[in-house]
Amino acid sequence: MGKLTVSGSPHFHTEESVSKIMYGVIFSLIPAMLVSFYFFGLAAIVVTLTAVVSCMAFEYLIQKYLIRGPLTIFDGSAIITGVLLAFNVPANLPLGILVIGSAVAIGMGKMTFGGLGKNPFNPALVGRVFLMISFPVQMTTYPRPTAFSTQLTDAVTGPTPLTVIKDGLSRGEKFADLLAQLPDYSNLLLGNIGGSVGEVSAIALLLGGLYMLIRKIISWHIPMAYLGSAAVFSGIFWLISPETYPDPVFHLLTGGLMLGALYMATDYSTSPMAPRGMIVFGVGCGLLTMIIRLFGAYPEGVAFSILIMNAFVPLINKGFKPKRFGEEIKNG
Amino acid sequence: MGGVHPPENKFAEKASIEVLPPPKTVFIPLSQHLGVPAVPVVEKGDEVKTGQLIAKGEAFISANIHASVSGKVVKIDLVTDSSGYRKKAIVIQVEGDEWADGIDLDIPLVKECQLGREQIVQKINENGIVGLGGATFPSHVKMMVPTGKKAEYLIINGVECEPCLTADHRLMLEKGEEILAGISIQMKALEVDKAIVGIEANKPDAVEHLKNLAGPYPGISVEALEVKYPQGAEKQLIKSLLGREVPSGKLPIEVGCVVHNVGTSFAVYEAVQKNKPLIERVVTVTGSSLKKPVNLWVRIGTPVIDLIEAAGGLPEDTGKVINGGPMMGKALNDLNVPVTKGTSGILVLTDEQAHRPPEQHCIRCGRCVTVCPMGLEPYLLAILSDKKRLEECEQERLMDCMECGSCLYICPSGRPLLDQMRVGKTRLGKLIRERSG
Repeated sequence: MGKLTVSGSPHFHTEESVSKIMYGVIFSLIPAMLVSFYFFGLAAIVVTLTAVVSCMAFEYLIQKYLIRGPLTIFDGSAIITGVLLAFNVPANLPLGILVIGSAVAIGMGKMTFGGLGKNPFNPALVGRVFLMISFPVQMTTYPRPTAFSTQLTDAVTGPTPLTVIKDGLSRGEKFADLLAQLPDYSNLLLGNIGGSVGEVSAIALLLGGLYMLIRKIISWHIPMAYLGSAAVFSGIFWLISPETYPDPVFHLLTGGLMLGALYMATDYSTSPMAPRGMIVFGVGCGLLTMIIRLFGAYPEGVAFSILIMNAFVPLINKGFKPKRFGEEIKNG
Repeated sequence: MGGVHPPENKFAEKASIEVLPPPKTVFIPLSQHLGVPAVPVVEKGDEVKTGQLIAKGEAFISANIHASVSGKVVKIDLVTDSSGYRKKAIVIQVEGDEWADGIDLDIPLVKECQLGREQIVQKINENGIVGLGGATFPSHVKMMVPTGKKAEYLIINGVECEPCLTADHRLMLEKGEEILAGISIQMKALEVDKAIVGIEANKPDAVEHLKNLAGPYPGISVEALEVKYPQGAEKQLIKSLLGREVPSGKLPIEVGCVVHNVGTSFAVYEAVQKNKPLIERVVTVTGSSLKKPVNLWVRIGTPVIDLIEAAGGLPEDTGKVINGGPMMGKALNDLNVPVTKGTSGILVLTDEQAHRPPEQHCIRCGRCVTVCPMGLEPYLLAILSDKKRLEECEQERLMDCMECGSCLYICPSGRPLLDQMRVGKTRLGKLIRERSG
């Protein structure tokens, strides 16, 4: 027997680790990946791989030559940023643009602040919004979904359901008439619609979200608050005027709301620490998304609303503390 | 609220309690309880009998200490105890096992207690009973309800939520009647008519056994509780059983409760009914690498290594030995330290189990906040403690931390959250004391 180790309690430690959590998230994204590969074909695979590889490469270069700190590219977090960035762009986005987006996501979104756990804004969304502003045309030219497509750049492009509705309503058309031009709700649920690579299939994303909930990678607070408040807010307007406002189910199934609520808003570094704060954060995201969608210039508001709420996280952490034990005397 | 689910690893739960014979020499520290150390009443060279008073608890919060063996006092000197510090202890060389007069060593149960309130408390005081759950607070002090407060419930802690430990579990199975008699005596002393025994649901045999026995004892009920660490923490136990929250910085009596461990109830029974001082206790000796995990009746002052020998000897690959359970126990740097009144278990870990995972950056996952049973924010308190921002620590209720270790257990980045908070608590405690003069 060698020397005895002496350290402070506890002496047991959970089996969970940072990289196990990160790879758990990646695993949960597999259903959504498969759906996007099915509908957008080879292009979706290429886009996803390009984003992952370039995110890892930029993280490596920055850690090796700028920070000169330990290398963490295999902890899984850069892979997640890559996958989520790819999920947030059209499948036919020119790859050079995607590489620029990856550089911004990892460089500006993450490493500038010191890396994993230090960044205030969701890196994939920083990358996405940068691309939306810099390359508005390429970022809004969506390929039409085609089963087992093998074309790299899809010749057939079309608008997303949200764009159809937004443009139509602004021309004074009725919601019900516009809806008739779109795939029905079961197709929206499955992902047979125009949109970014990974945002289209609500059901695949829900499946992944369920896995993360069961594995306790995320808690229900942010997704439920986000989806719930979005549904309630859009539901009120729909009840007032069903002709001019889309119904809540339509909103929930379109425009990356599922992807945002389950994967982007739940990002650890950029969301509140305590359950009460998480609910406030989720409700904020839901309301902002709907305000942008219903009254803003953009047809969809998930990316902006999450980034805006990211900025409020330090304040939310200060203002919404967990309920302290023994805070109030309860007898009964 | 909060809590974690570490692996239970109750290797010794089926092992009946065996008697460990007295060793050759015992080392009996004068400070085995919370409060002021006891003052020796024997001198070097004195012959003592088992159960004889050898040190007196003179201060209000202190406890008597008795010889756990018969023999000769060879010295009163500094001896390393489980804290790792050298503290004053009475060293007795064992000769035979001759018990002091007046101690009833008969096995049969003596259920009825004719003594009054005062006399019961006096017996508990005389016989040096302290809380056996780990905090070792002198029991007679707890039996004296402060003026203006009223005890409504006696809560008996049979939760044993620490993984690996099985001492209370075995005691409940093997000494159930005595425990219930002890509880009745405690109820009488506290003048309460309701007592609840809380037991974690992973011990269904103990729950059923005590429920069956409790019939003839008026006012005593037995409750199975959710398996969750730290279910057995005093404040969490009261919350689970009664839904009452003890206010921050206050004692359970604030919500009408007094909490005692099952082991303490047994010791109270022996002290009051058999006039037997607290000179031995049940200790679980366990670990995945031990040949034979056991539960032992151990005389106070027996060196830890003797216990490990009784469990099949110290394995080659041992990396850490813990006094207590894996969540709140203290790692030992010396295996010759003595078992004291607060020793509930000795846990042997292999070299592989002995080390913490490598430390990484905080990823702000919020798990530490979710699991904290006191509703604190360990990630924040660790930073504030580290930066010595003590006023902010106080505002964020650092002193509410009971050091259960749930935050450090759950942290996927292996952050030393509790280590930093402990340092912060020590500094803040000093600041608060200085402030109040």
